[in-house]
Amino acid sequence: MADTYRIAIVGSGPAGMSAAAHAAKLGISHVLLEKTDHLSDTIFKYQKGKHVMATPSQLVLRSDVDFDAGKREKILGIWDEQTAAHKVNVRFNSEVKAITGQKGAFVLTLTDKTEIRAETIILAIGTQGNPNLLRAPGIETSGIHVQYQLDDPGEYVDEHITVVGSGDAGIENALGLAQDVAQGNIVTILNRGADFSRAKGANVKLLMQARDEGRINVMTDTSPNRLEAGHLVLDTRDGEARIRCDRVIARMGSAAPRKFIEECGIEFTSPDREAFPTLSPQFETTNAGIYVIGALAGYPLIKHCMNQGYDVVEFINGNTALKPADEPILEGKFVNLPVKKSVDEWLEFIRTNVQILNDLSPLQMREFMLDSEVRYYGKNDIIFEKNAPGSSLFCIAQGSVDIPLPDGRSTGIVIPEGSIFGEVGLVSGRRRGSTIRSIAETIVVEIPRNAILKLMASVPGVKRAVTRISTERQLLQMWQSGLQPADLAEVLETAEIKGVRAGEAIFREGEEGNDVYVIRSGSVVVEKSIGGKPVFLSYVPAGNYVGELELFDNGIRKQTVRAAVKSEVIKLGGEAFRRLLEAKPEFFARAKVAIGEREDLASFIEAKKDSFATVVDMYSSVANFLVDNGVGEATDVLLIDENLCVGCDNCEKACADSHEGISRLDREAGRTFAHLHVPTSCRHCEHPHCMADCPPTAIHRGQDGEVYIDDTCIGCGNCQRNCPYGVIRMEKEPPRKPSLWKWFLFGQGPGPGEPSHDWAYANATPGVEKAKRAVKCDMCSGIEGGPSCVRACPTGAAIRVAPEEFLTVARLQRDDA
Amino acid sequence: MASKSLRQATTGRERASEHEGFLRYQSYKWLKIALGISAVALLIYAFNDVQPKPNGGSIYGYTTGTIGVLLILWLTMLGVRKRAITPGRWSLKSWTSAHVYLGLSLIVIATLHTGFDFGWNVHTLAYALMMIVIASGVFGIATYAMLPQALSANRGETTQVQMLDNLRMIDRQLNEAAQPLDAEGAAIVRMALDDDPFGGGLIARLTGHYRKCGTRAALAAVRAHPGRKEAAADPYDHVEVLLERKRSSLSRIRKHLRLKALLEVWLYLHIPLTFALIAALFVHIVSVFYYW
Ligand SMILES: Cc1cc2nc3c(=O)[nH]c(=O)nc-3n(C[C@H](O)[C@H](O)[C@H](O)COP(=O)(O)OP(=O)(O)OC[C@H]3O[C@@H](n4cnc5c(N)ncnc54)[C@H](O)[C@@H]3O)c2cc1C
Ligand code: HEM
Ligand code: SF4
Ligand code: SF4
Ligand code: SF4
Repeated sequence: MADTYRIAIVGSGPAGMSAAAHAAKLGISHVLLEKTDHLSDTIFKYQKGKHVMATPSQLVLRSDVDFDAGKREKILGIWDEQTAAHKVNVRFNSEVKAITGQKGAFVLTLTDKTEIRAETIILAIGTQGNPNLLRAPGIETSGIHVQYQLDDPGEYVDEHITVVGSGDAGIENALGLAQDVAQGNIVTILNRGADFSRAKGANVKLLMQARDEGRINVMTDTSPNRLEAGHLVLDTRDGEARIRCDRVIARMGSAAPRKFIEECGIEFTSPDREAFPTLSPQFETTNAGIYVIGALAGYPLIKHCMNQGYDVVEFINGNTALKPADEPILEGKFVNLPVKKSVDEWLEFIRTNVQILNDLSPLQMREFMLDSEVRYYGKNDIIFEKNAPGSSLFCIAQGSVDIPLPDGRSTGIVIPEGSIFGEVGLVSGRRRGSTIRSIAETIVVEIPRNAILKLMASVPGVKRAVTRISTERQLLQMWQSGLQPADLAEVLETAEIKGVRAGEAIFREGEEGNDVYVIRSGSVVVEKSIGGKPVFLSYVPAGNYVGELELFDNGIRKQTVRAAVKSEVIKLGGEAFRRLLEAKPEFFARAKVAIGEREDLASFIEAKKDSFATVVDMYSSVANFLVDNGVGEATDVLLIDENLCVGCDNCEKACADSHEGISRLDREAGRTFAHLHVPTSCRHCEHPHCMADCPPTAIHRGQDGEVYIDDTCIGCGNCQRNCPYGVIRMEKEPPRKPSLWKWFLFGQGPGPGEPSHDWAYANATPGVEKAKRAVKCDMCSGIEGGPSCVRACPTGAAIRVAPEEFLTVARLQRDDA
Repeated sequence: MASKSLRQATTGRERASEHEGFLRYQSYKWLKIALGISAVALLIYAFNDVQPKPNGGSIYGYTTGTIGVLLILWLTMLGVRKRAITPGRWSLKSWTSAHVYLGLSLIVIATLHTGFDFGWNVHTLAYALMMIVIASGVFGIATYAMLPQALSANRGETTQVQMLDNLRMIDRQLNEAAQPLDAEGAAIVRMALDDDPFGGGLIARLTGHYRKCGTRAALAAVRAHPGRKEAAADPYDHVEVLLERKRSSLSRIRKHLRLKALLEVWLYLHIPLTFALIAALFVHIVSVFYYW
């Protein structure tokens, strides 16, 4: 083939097809090369009858081919028809294997060795190329079928099928498999994390619905550990689990077919597996003349792909002034700022100034800016107040902020340009921990929690940067002692974040090692083996560190530290940490005191063990029982001493009477060990599972550390399902009861405590329909005197405790473990 | 313990990770106070020579009388405190602690108030009522001290609702198992099904002995049934197993109900007699002033 095309388009997905259609329309000589024998293989491979969504809805479509939400078959039909009508020059069964040459004279070599010449190339091959493979022992030997794609969910009957990965693809496969109950498949979907931030809201909703109807088994915080004959062994938050499994469908995302792209002389933004090619705002790669659009460019929505196809052809055709289709939306975000810049200039300004965004491509900047807001503050403006609700992340694009004291003076803590604040909200949606004030003319970008979580999930660089800053902040806050960020530089260099499973040891007694571990999330227990048996020494919640005991002697671990619940720890190099201690006498002194305390404790236990072996054993087993029952992730838990509880249920009545008539605890339910009972009542988890997918984000952490649900609750029941401890109820607020006196003197009303449903029904205001909403313990926050359940217990059986206060050996000294 | 970072301060909340029951509350603070009051009353009584003989009309009598009445009214307020869940730094535990010990001190204060002058009149009635209230309170304390462990151990980790559900489930299975039986067999099963397993009144509830228990009767009848074959399986086997399960399930629930009943039955004396006591006290005071 002698003639050279003006444009060769590789890949006929929505991006490539739209580009080709526009080239055809403009009469530009072009060829559309497609690996398969049909257009748009990715969409072709969607499940039959899939409803294809056309998000983001505020974006207008700019393409010569039509696209709107609808069934896969219909959309593919329209595309086939319209590409034919536009006389697009498609060449099927043409997989491009290599690209050589340079701008004006490229040579594309196909797998069948055909060579195609073109002046410019548009790469639109998507990211489906190589799915991420499941790596776990037993894939070859277990006999379980492992596949990375599901063509027809109707093919499988009476199987135990596990879908790994809960992005859109995984969710849709699981839904398809479970659709027809008559097929008899038992479908389980695994999600590595707790929330479904990678998937579209509508899909998540359908999945939750299927779960409620018992069609799909959804497991969060779970990943596969190994495959065994007919079974899959999983790592869950509470340790290992084993489920029946005949088939695994792994949908764990995919990485760009990077090797091929790099061989074409195109550079990527970073060496990370999930990074994207470096692109100019016109989609041109570092190899001039080659353009990359669509999913491969980092934008995976069909509408965006199609718009980019149109735009890139315009650019190649010389229309460099063309503005992308989302331009007006973005322009709107910047109009109110005092400085005037074009959208591209703003995006570039923000990207280069804000550290965590440095790795983003201009396209990704556009994407997340669509969700975010940009704000300007003059000097001394308050950006947010302490205890205000809110979980968005702020980036300082210009200026700087500080934390003022209540009287308006500064604490001296300044957050400089380029940094972020509000990052604590990313974890548990706590209220703002401190007031933030601008101390110069400041421009901040406010990114909603979901958008930044999505960004962190898809751009490793952002995740790293946010993690680094929050680690630094956590260390500074934990250690205080006048440490400055600069002091931590060396230690942070060694920092490494590690996930530990429930029950897994971080280090064991007798091992060599002097690294220090900061508990970032979760909690750990410290054990020591005494007389051959592990004895529980203490419980250490997140925000503390362990492993420093061995810094100053032979480096042999004196204790075993294991995760109480699934946790994350930051490993800090022992040597670097020691140098930090030596450089900072004040810090050193404080650390020494803590070390001393811990050593005393260990020797106390050891001494006690000989005289009171049974007491120590008892203490150890009670502590382990509590940890097994999720007390390890609690910040505040209700316990009942069964030696004292007379079963009067006054605790429940008090709770109902101080909270709109509904009790938030079930005294009788729950586990019991020795004389300690853990009733069904909120533990105010450190990382509340209930928050994971609350559509209106109605669940927050309050100023007393309580996890509470505000009035925006829509009663969807997600939190109830996500709470592993079953403490959330869905209830209507009962009508008001007559006063205590009326009940006492005249027998009016149902009396103290939660009224029966019958009474509530009979006495409801006619015609007023009250919605069921999620109800849970709010720790009686804002009620003077604290938890009503505890105050109202006549015998002192009910207590609310923080586990780290309760689970200490110090209790042994007071004899009643 | 590893070094701890600063926790957010909590508002208006005292955290107690150590805990003590109401009797030991603050190292027996109220026991000590009650003993002190009683000792003072006794001492004054011993050294106070009232003529012609100690009685309620003396200065000492008025003082102990007033203290006694106020104390009784305050003791009664426990019922209000228990139910009016108002905000504030109170705890019912400390109230109960004070209630018990100050209530006991009434034995000394009120007895001394009478000057041991008893007769068949409203004054002695008030005294007697008070002593019964106190006696029932002492009984209550005894149950509070002895029964909770048994209550907890008996129910294991099941709740009362679950126990009752379980019973209903066994009943359903019994009903099904009775289908293939002849009329006689069906009648036996119906003995267990139609019976109200918790009927039998207060005595049964408190003792846990239900003399007319239909399940027990049915079980005995099934075992004695002439149609049973030693070796071969027959439809009665399944009925017997179910009846046995129902019996053991019943005994657990009945024990649960018995313990709960014991823990509160005394309140059915304690509270009504408190009101009778207050009424009698009122008459006592009015008549004293009227006849004076
Ligand atoms: C299950 C699933 C559901 C989805 N649902 C939606 C939805 O509802 N709405 C939405 O907006 N988005 C959805 N997406 C995302 C969307 O489908 C993709 O992001 C989009 O198709 C990407 O378009 P593209 O043109 O960049 O690449 P693709 O559509 O992936 O097209 C790439 C094409 O290139 C071809 N190709 C690859 N390599 C070569 C080569 N070397 N030589 C020649 N040809 C090659 C492929 O065969 C393919 O036809 C979904 C994705 C999946 C997986
Ligand atoms: C004249 C003296 C007393 C009076 C008038 C009195 C009155 C009351 C009243 C009104 C209640 C409230 C019951 C309820 O509403 O549930 C109560 C509870 C109680 N009383 Fe007394 N009482 C007296 C003496 C005592 C004594 C001497 C004891 C113990 C030795 C005692 C032990 C208790 C106990 C344990 C409770 C139950 C607390 C609870 O479970 O809520 N009382 N009393
Ligand atoms: S509701 Fe459940 S998940 Fe949420 S904080 Fe309470 S115990 Fe934890
Ligand atoms: S702390 Fe308050 S809201 Fe929570 S269970 Fe107790 S009484 Fe109810
Ligand atoms: S109030 Fe106290 S004694 Fe009564 S049921 Fe609750 S924990 Fe038990």
